[in-house]
Amino acid sequence: MAIIPKKHEMPNQAPEVRAHNFDEVALGYTEETAIAEANRCINCKNKPCVGGCPVNIRIPEFIAKVKVGDFEGAYQIITFSSSLPAVCGRVCPQETQCECNCTLGNKFEPVAIGRLERFVADWHNKNVKEAAEKPDDNGHKVAIVGSGPSGLTCAGDLAKKGYDVTVFEALHTAGGVLVYGIPEFRLPKAIVAKEVDTLKELGVKVETNVVIGKTLTIDELFEMGYEAVFVGSGAGLPNFMGIPGESLKGVYSANEFLTRSNLMKSYLEAPETPIMKGGKVAVVGGGNVAMDAARTALRLGAEKVYIVYRRSMDELPARKEEVEHAEEEGIDFKLLCNPVEILGYENPDDNRDPRNGFVTGMKCIRMELGEPDEKGRRRPVPVENSDFVLDVDTVIMSIGTSPNPLIKSTTEGLEVNRWGGIVVNEDGLTSREGVYAGGDAVTGAATVISAMGAGKVAANAIDEYLSNK
Amino acid sequence: MYRIVTKKELNPTVTQMEIEAPLVANKAKPGQFIILRVDENGERIPLTIAGADKNNGTVKIIFQIVGSTTEKLNHKNEGEFIQDFLGPLGVATHTDGIKRVCIVGGGVGCAIAMPIAHEFHKLGADVTSIVGFRNKDLVILEDEFKACSTTMHLMTDDGSYGRHGNVCVPLNEMLESGEKFDMIITIGPLIMMKFVVEAARPYNVPVTVSMNPIMIDGTGMCGGCRLTLNQDGKKVTKFACVDGPDFNGYEVDFDEAMSRGRMYVDFERHAYEETCNLFRNA
Repeated sequence: MAIIPKKHEMPNQAPEVRAHNFDEVALGYTEETAIAEANRCINCKNKPCVGGCPVNIRIPEFIAKVKVGDFEGAYQIITFSSSLPAVCGRVCPQETQCECNCTLGNKFEPVAIGRLERFVADWHNKNVKEAAEKPDDNGHKVAIVGSGPSGLTCAGDLAKKGYDVTVFEALHTAGGVLVYGIPEFRLPKAIVAKEVDTLKELGVKVETNVVIGKTLTIDELFEMGYEAVFVGSGAGLPNFMGIPGESLKGVYSANEFLTRSNLMKSYLEAPETPIMKGGKVAVVGGGNVAMDAARTALRLGAEKVYIVYRRSMDELPARKEEVEHAEEEGIDFKLLCNPVEILGYENPDDNRDPRNGFVTGMKCIRMELGEPDEKGRRRPVPVENSDFVLDVDTVIMSIGTSPNPLIKSTTEGLEVNRWGGIVVNEDGLTSREGVYAGGDAVTGAATVISAMGAGKVAANAIDEYLSNK
Repeated sequence: MYRIVTKKELNPTVTQMEIEAPLVANKAKPGQFIILRVDENGERIPLTIAGADKNNGTVKIIFQIVGSTTEKLNHKNEGEFIQDFLGPLGVATHTDGIKRVCIVGGGVGCAIAMPIAHEFHKLGADVTSIVGFRNKDLVILEDEFKACSTTMHLMTDDGSYGRHGNVCVPLNEMLESGEKFDMIITIGPLIMMKFVVEAARPYNVPVTVSMNPIMIDGTGMCGGCRLTLNQDGKKVTKFACVDGPDFNGYEVDFDEAMSRGRMYVDFERHAYEETCNLFRNA
C-alpha cells in the first residue's frame, strides 16, 4: 500500500472566527481520520520517535492500537508513560521531539504523533467513565511542591507505584502554568481539570492555597512525615527590559496579562478581575508565551496586535504552528525591531488628569543581524537613527522570567546557580538529601514536556531512594 | 473553604474578621499579608494581617469597604465561609536592634500598624504611635494603640476627636524638639507615607513604609505589584509581594506607585456600583 505523503490535516476553527472567541483552535481528529493517520506509521524497527520523547511514550505500540480501533488500549499504553496525555497532545513541540525523528519523515511528512495522542486522550475522556484504579498503598509519603506539569507528572508516577502523594499548590486552582499561563483556546481548562481528577482517582491529594516557603517550609514537610520532596515550583518573577516607561499603566508582564485572562477569567463577559482590553497592543518577545499573549489580546477585542521581536522570523523561538496560527489571525509581526522607551500621557497643565500615566506609544529602534553569538544565533545590532514610534496603548513584556526566591530563601542547604535555578544532578536530586527538583525551577523557562520529563526522572529516583532507605 | 469565626464592625466602613486558617495563623508575623478570594470567580485581593491566634488557628483581618470585593466580603457573616485564603506572604517587619520606634498609621492602615506596634512593645522597645483619621466616626483601635504605646497621638483631619491635623503635625514637633527614633514605620495612604518620609528626611531618621499595590498571585509570579526604588541613583524594580511589603521609604517612587494604583479606577467604580445594586435588589 502506498504511503500517504502528508499528515492528515487537523481541522481548525477558521481564523476570522477564532480570533474573536476563546474556544479551542484545533478541533481534533475523528475516529476515521485517526485510524487513517495511524496507518501511515510503518512500525519501523528502531522506533526513533520513542527516544525523542522526554517521557518515552511507547509511540508505535499505541499507534498500532489506534490502527485497529482499540482506542482505550492505545490510551493505556500512553498513560503508562505520561500522566497528562490530553495536555501533551496539545502543547508538546512534537516537531522537535518525536515527530522529527520519525523514519517516515526522511521521505515524507512524519506521522502526526501529537494529533494521535490528543485524539486518544480525548476519546478516553469522552468515552470511558470508570475511575482509574487506585494502587495499593506502599506506606511512604511524598510531598510535591507545585501542581504544574513537572509536579503532576511526578505525583502521577509515584501514585501509580503506591506512594501516598500530596501536591501543594500556592494558587487556588491546580495546574500551574497549564491554568494560569496557557490560554483556553490552546488548552481548555476543563481538560487540565480532568487530568488532575484522574490523578486524584489514583490517590493523589491536592492542597491548594499552600505556598511552600511561606505557609510551610520544606523542613516542616519532613517533620510532617514526608520522606521525600519534589520541588516543581515553576518559573518565577517576570523580567523587564529596564527601559524607561515600564511602570506606566498599560504595561504588563506576559505572566500578569495571561494570569488575569486565564486564571482570573478576565475574558468573561462580566469579569471580577479587570484587564485592559481593546485598543492597540504590542507584545515584546518571540517565544510561545508571547504568541499566547498576543492571541489572547486579540480575542479580548484588541483592534491591532503587534509582536515586536529583535531578531528575524528564522530566529523566532516560538513553535512554527503557533506563529502560523498567529499570522493567520492577523497578528502583525514587527521583526528586527527593539523597544527603547515606552511613552506615556502627561498633561502638563493638570496633574490630576485621569489619562496621565497611561501608555500612548512605544519607541522602537530597527535592528540588523550581526555576527553569531556563542550559541550560534546572529546577534541583533541596532541601526543608528532608525527609531520610530509604534502607536499602542498596551505593552506586554514577554522576555522570560527569573526563578522564584521563596523556596531557596527558606530552605537551608539548597544550592542554586547564579541565575537562582535549583542545582540538581541527573536524577533530579538537589544538594539536600530527599529533596528533588525539576521543571522551570531548575532550568528556567522551558517547555511543558521537558518539565514532565524532569518530573518523571525524579519520580523514578525518589522511588529508588525510598525503596532502598 | 475558610470559616469566618468572628466579625465585628469597627466603624461604618471598616470591618474586622477572624478567619479560621491554622497554617497561616501558625506562621503569621507582623507586617505580613494574606491573599483572599471571597467566592468562586472572585478577585484575589491582598490584605495585611492584623493579628493571629496560634492556639485558635485564626487570623485577624481588618478591611475598609472600598470596592466590589470588600463589599462582598462584608456581606459574609460569622460561620460563613470564604473561598480562598493564602499566606502568610511577604517579609515580616524587621524589628532587630530597634529600641525607639515611631509608628505612624493612617486610616485603615492603623489596622496593620497596630500589630507592629504591639510586637515592638512586646520586644521591650519604646513605642510612640501617631494615628490619624478623617473624623471621629472613623477612629479605630484607639485602646489597642494606647495599650502598647509609651506616647500616643490621635489626630483627626477635621478636629472632631483627638488633635486637629494630620499625622505629620506631631511628627514634625517631635523631630524638631530633638526626639530621636531608631526607625519610623508608616502605614496608610500613599500620599500620607510620602509626606511622612519628607518630614523625616531633614533629620535622617530611617523610615520604613508598607506598600499595598495591586496584586494577583502574591507569590512572585505575575509582577503586577512592581514598584521602582531609587537606590544610589539607580532605578531598581522590586516586587512588593516577595521583596516587601516593607521598603525603605527614601527609596520608593511614590508618584509612580500612586499612578499605578489608579490603573483600574473606572472598572473598580463600575464593579462596586454593580455589586451594591445587586445587594440592594436582593
